[in-house]
Amino acid sequence: MHRYFPHTQADIEAMLARCGAGDIRDLYSDVPEQLVMRRDYEVPEQMSEQQVREYFKGLCDKNQPLVCFAGNGFYNHYAPSIIDAVIRRSEFLTAYTPYQPEISQGTLQYIFEYQTMMATLTGMEVSNASMYDGATATAEAMMMAVSHARKRNRVLLSATVAPAVGAVVDTYASYHGITVDRIAETDGITDLSDMESKLAAGDVAGVIVASPNRYGIVEDYSGVADKCHQAKALLIMNCVASDLGVLRTPGEWGADIAVGDAQSLGMPLNYGGPYLGYICTTKSLIRKLPGRIVGATTDAKGRRVFVLTLQAREQHIRRDKATSNICSNQGLMALYAAVYLSTMGAEGLREVAEKGYHGAHYLASELEKTGQMKLKYPERPFLNEFLMSTDIDVDDLIARCVAEGILPGVKTSEGEILIAVTEINTRKEIDRLVEIVKSVKGKMS
Amino acid sequence: MNRKYYGKTIFELSHPGRRGYHIADTGCPESEPLPEGLLRADAPRLPEVDEPTIVRHYTNMSANNFGVDSGFYPLGSCTMKYNPKINEEMAALPQMAALHPNQPESTVQGALEAYHTLQQLLSEIGGMSEFTLNPFAGAHGELTGLMVIRAYHRSRGDHGRTKVIVPDSAHGTNPASAAVAGLKVVEVKSRPDGTVDVDDLRALLDDSVAAVMLTNPNTLGIFETHIPEIAEAVHAAGALLYYDGANLNPMLGMARPGDMGFDVMHINLHKTFSTPHGGGGPGSGPVGVRAGLEQFLPNPRVVKNADGTFSLTTSDGSLGNISATLGNFAVQLRALSYILSLGREGLMKAGQLATLNANYIKESLRDLYKLPIDKVCKHEFVFDGLADKSTGVTTLDIAKRLLDYGYHAPTIYFPLLFHESLMIEPTETESRETLDEFIDVMRTIAREAIEDPELVKTAPHDTPVSRPDDTQAALTPKVTFFDL
Repeated sequence: MHRYFPHTQADIEAMLARCGAGDIRDLYSDVPEQLVMRRDYEVPEQMSEQQVREYFKGLCDKNQPLVCFAGNGFYNHYAPSIIDAVIRRSEFLTAYTPYQPEISQGTLQYIFEYQTMMATLTGMEVSNASMYDGATATAEAMMMAVSHARKRNRVLLSATVAPAVGAVVDTYASYHGITVDRIAETDGITDLSDMESKLAAGDVAGVIVASPNRYGIVEDYSGVADKCHQAKALLIMNCVASDLGVLRTPGEWGADIAVGDAQSLGMPLNYGGPYLGYICTTKSLIRKLPGRIVGATTDAKGRRVFVLTLQAREQHIRRDKATSNICSNQGLMALYAAVYLSTMGAEGLREVAEKGYHGAHYLASELEKTGQMKLKYPERPFLNEFLMSTDIDVDDLIARCVAEGILPGVKTSEGEILIAVTEINTRKEIDRLVEIVKSVKGKMS
Repeated sequence: MNRKYYGKTIFELSHPGRRGYHIADTGCPESEPLPEGLLRADAPRLPEVDEPTIVRHYTNMSANNFGVDSGFYPLGSCTMKYNPKINEEMAALPQMAALHPNQPESTVQGALEAYHTLQQLLSEIGGMSEFTLNPFAGAHGELTGLMVIRAYHRSRGDHGRTKVIVPDSAHGTNPASAAVAGLKVVEVKSRPDGTVDVDDLRALLDDSVAAVMLTNPNTLGIFETHIPEIAEAVHAAGALLYYDGANLNPMLGMARPGDMGFDVMHINLHKTFSTPHGGGGPGSGPVGVRAGLEQFLPNPRVVKNADGTFSLTTSDGSLGNISATLGNFAVQLRALSYILSLGREGLMKAGQLATLNANYIKESLRDLYKLPIDKVCKHEFVFDGLADKSTGVTTLDIAKRLLDYGYHAPTIYFPLLFHESLMIEPTETESRETLDEFIDVMRTIAREAIEDPELVKTAPHDTPVSRPDDTQAALTPKVTFFDL
C-alpha cells in the first residue's frame, strides 16, 4: 500500500466485513456502470521522495531567479527567518478554520493580533481576518460600497490605480451589475476636478484611488474624502501595506475602506502567490465587512478568549442574499503578517521604507545622469518605485539585464519602465544596473 | 496540544526599546525626505519585542491549537487528510519562491511548466479539457466557474439566462457565489436522502436558467445516481452543469465529473490534493471546463508552444481577470508534488479508501446515533444526533465532548436538512486503529449522555479554554487589542 495509506489487506477485509461488502467497489454500487472508470488515470507511476526532488530540481533549473528591481504591486522585501519557523509549526499549518474555539485559540489569537496590526497600520478601526490578494480585496470593497449605498451601483476608479487591480475590479463589476467609470489622470495623478464632476451625478456608491499609485507616485488626497462623503459615496483607498509604516494612512485621509496587498510585509514573491489581501474599515461599517472576523469574549471560567464573531453577515448564513462569497482564505498568511510586524515593529517598518526611499531616489538620479532615461513625472513625489521614460528599447534593456542576472523593472503598456528598490537592494546592485543602462545605445545619448 | 491556556497577546509582551530586527546599511546616499503632509502623523502602534520573545510567544500559542498532525480531524466536507511534508519543501524551493510574477517568460519556464503540468493532470483526473489554476480558493473557483458559464451564454447572445439552480442541501458558498456572479438563485428541494428529484428539477428548467450547481456525492455523502438524466435535462434546456468539487475525494479512481456530464467544475487543492488548510487558507480552487469552453477561462492562461516552451496567453472571449497573478502558485506546487507522490496507483486507491473509512464508522455507530439516510455513503455521512433523543444532549454537546477526548469535532448543524446534523468525513489517511478508537469514544459519549448528561452538556472540560460566550462577542464586538 502507498506510504500515505495505513490500510493493510487484513484491515480492508475486516472493515468491509463490518460494512457487509465483499469488495470496496461494492460501496460504489450506486454509481451507474457507464460512469465507472474502466481504465487507470494517465498519470505517471508513483514517485519516491527522491524522484519528486529530482523532478522539481529539473523544473527549478529552467527558472532564473534575478536581482529584483521589479515591483508593480509586489515587492522583494527581506523575510526574517523566524517567520518560516513559526508558520511551519504544524499546529498552525495543518489546522482548518477555527470552528471549535476551545482547541483553536492559537489560530484565533493570531488573527486577532493581525486585525489589530492592520487596523493601526492603515489608521482604521477594524480589519477582517484576511482576503485573497489586493486586487480581489479591492473588488470586494467595491461590492461592499454598493451594498452599503443600496440603490446606487456606480463606482469611480481612478485611472492611476494599478491596471492589474483595475482589471479584476472590472471583471467583478461586470458580473455583479456594477458600472465602473474611470476618473481621468492628469500628469500622473488622479484628476480631482474630473472626480468632482463625475460625483455630481449623485449616483456614485464608491470612489477607488491608490497611493502609491500605478506609477509609484504618492498622491495627495487632501479634501477628497469630504468630496466623496458630500456625494454620499464611500472612499476606498488601495495602499501597499509596508509603505503605511511611513505614509499618511487611509484613516488620516478620511477613507472609509482601506484595502490592498500585504505581500510587501516580507512575503516571498512565489511567482504570484500566496499573497495576502487586507481590508479595513470603520466601526460603523463592520457589519458590511466581508469574510471572517475574530473578536474577544470570555469563556465559562471568565477568561479572556477569542472566537469567530459577527457570523450572521457571512455567506453560509446569508446564502443567496450574500454580497460576498468569501469564507476562510489566507489564514496562514495573516500569521505571516503578524509575525513580520511583530519582528519589525514601527521602527523596522520605517527603516525598511527609508532604505527603499533612499535607494530608489539614488537609482533614479543615477539613471537620469546616464542621459538614457528620465523620470516621467519629475515633479511628483515617490517612495520606492518610479516610472522612467526612455528611448532605449525596454525589451532589449530587460534582455541585457537578465543576461547579467538582473530584473531591471516592469515594462508598462506605454513602453516605459517601472522600477522599484527595497531595503534588499544594495548600492552595488544599483550601480551595476546603472552601468548596464549606460552600455545600451539609445537616441538620447 | 497543551491543555493549559496561554492566552497572552503579543501587545502585552511589548516593551519600549526592544526590537526583533536588524537591517544593514545599503550604502545609498540619503535624499530629501517626502513632504510632511504625505507622511503619517504617528507611528503605528505595533509591539516592540525581541526575537526570542516572539518565537516563544507564537510557539506557546500554537500549543493551544489542534491540527491534522495533532490528531483525528473528521470535519465533514473539509477533507482533512494528511499533508505530506515533502510538499512543503517543494513549495519553498528558492528557485521557485524567488520568482517575481512579472519576470520575462524565458526566465520562468520551470514555473510555467509546473503550472501547465498540474493543469493537465487535473484535466485528466476531472475528465475536463483544460483547467485554470488562477482562483485562490474553492469559493473563488465557484465564482470563476459561474463567470465562465455567463461568458459562454453571453457569447451566444443568450442574455436571458439569469438564474442558477442549487439544491437546498448545497454548500453555503454555492448560492453566495451565484449572487456575487449576478445570478438569481433558485433552490430545488432535495428528496429525503438529499438527492435531487429529477422531475422537480425538470419543472424548474427553462431558458432563464444559466446553470445547475451540484456536488456529487452531495453533502450527505450520497451519490446522485440519476446524474446522467440530470445532465441530459440540463443540457436539453440549454443550461450548463456545474460541479462543486468540494466532495471530489471519494470519486478519485472511480468516476470523473466530465464523464458524468458536468461542463464546468472546481477542485479544492486543499481538500482532495492534500495542501495544508493553514488555519483557513491559503487554498487554491482551480476551475476546469469541457472542450469548447476553454476560451472563456480567465486571463491569463498558460499554454505549451509547438517548440516545447511555455507562454502566457490571453483570449478575447475570456471572462476577464479574476486575479492579478496566476493564483496561489506555491499551493499549486504542493498539489503537484502530491499527485506525483501518489502516482497512478495511489490516485486510483485514495477515493476507495476514503469511502471505506466513512462507511466503516457509519456502520459501527448506527445503533447509537440516528442515521437518517440508510444507504451506502461515499467519503462522508451525516448523523442526526443521538438515536436516543430523551437525554437532551445535542450535537453541539457531542462535538464539545469529543474535544475532551482529543479529537477535532465533525462539522455540525450542516447540512440544514436535519436539526442535529453531525457530518463525519474521515479521509483515506486514517488507520483502522484510529477509527476504532474514535468509534469507542463516540460510543462512550452516547453512554455518558444517558448516565451523566450534565457531563456532556457542559463539555469541554479538558481543553485550553471552555465554551466561549458567543453572544457577548457579537453584542459588543472587540476586534482589536485597542478595543479591550
